[in-house]
Amino acid sequence: MNQLENFTKGLLKENPILVLVLGTCPTLATTSSSLNGMGMGIATTFVLIGSNVVISLLSKVIPDKVRIPAFIVVIASFVTIVDLVMQAYVPALYETLGIFIPLIVVNCIVLGRAEAFASKNNVLTSLIDGAGMGIGFTLALGILGAFREIVGSGTIFGYKFISGDGVLVFILAPGAFLALGYMIALVNRIKRTSK
Amino acid sequence: MEYILIIISAVFINNVVLAQFLGVCPFLGVSNKVNTALGMAGAVTFVMVLATIVTYLIQIYILNKLGIAFMQTITFILVIAALVQMVEIILKKISQPLYQALGIFLPLITTNCAVLGVAILVIKKDYNLLEGVVFSASTAIGFGLALVILAGIREQLELADVPKGMKGVPISLIIAGILALAFMGFTGIVK
Repeated sequence: MNQLENFTKGLLKENPILVLVLGTCPTLATTSSSLNGMGMGIATTFVLIGSNVVISLLSKVIPDKVRIPAFIVVIASFVTIVDLVMQAYVPALYETLGIFIPLIVVNCIVLGRAEAFASKNNVLTSLIDGAGMGIGFTLALGILGAFREIVGSGTIFGYKFISGDGVLVFILAPGAFLALGYMIALVNRIKRTSK
Repeated sequence: MEYILIIISAVFINNVVLAQFLGVCPFLGVSNKVNTALGMAGAVTFVMVLATIVTYLIQIYILNKLGIAFMQTITFILVIAALVQMVEIILKKISQPLYQALGIFLPLITTNCAVLGVAILVIKKDYNLLEGVVFSASTAIGFGLALVILAGIREQLELADVPKGMKGVPISLIIAGILALAFMGFTGIVK
């Protein structure tokens, strides 16, 4: 597998949300607007790249039996870094994302990539894999957030372009489930017809 | 009275899955059969209450005392992982039937964000230990409630003619959305 393919697989073919359906909790919770969704995506991308690189470096040192706790410690360290940095520089976004920043630790995508990819591949490949997966995650969050924002409040990236109120339910919890459900169904449909 | 408010709020109004989006992965993953859903709900209740007690004590007596509250994430996830492992070992030794019922769900719980989420929320909301226990137990009940309802609907759905692209995850998400709509009806019961 060449590096370009390695990078692009995270965007579409193995998109963590739309195809693998991993990490659904932050996906649903943080996509009430496109900016929030992308903020979460970027935070997760940073953790993914960092943990993938460190874990692929350490994979020879970590004994096989304790690898999962070891991976979790590495991931949790990067999450703590993100947590502190966001608290310092983007306090407003930090407030909105709230509890979901520390919860990146238990995001199945991060541990999943560490276990399935980074522990078996070299540093560069793992870095590219982390970046691809992270950007795929960010894209999916951004699109879902944009959709919910447009339908729910008639704005995009905070700019209002439809007069009046939107369909409020799409900003609230039920809209998140419905929107993601139809989005995955659409991806399934596209995948089936393109085969 | 205060405790009753916490319970109603955590089970119905701010339902952990349908309103706060914690623990969605197991919610979608193990909701095929009502029996497995019940097993998962039992295991989550057990671990969640235990984890809340342990993490609460660690936060108050170790992290806050030493002024290293920023280590919260790392400490909590390690404690939960260790706790889950320990519960698994103990259950295996003392109660074979209970292990058979809950055992397979235990490893999954480490990555259940609801457990870590509740542990952090208890600290964030400044609950005392008893309030924290009531909160985590009722959150777990709310999780179980949502899980069992979804499993019940999905069992019926096996007989229905679902469009091919909607099978599996998409239709479950849409059911969850409608469930969340129904749960929104509880909003406003407690101010």
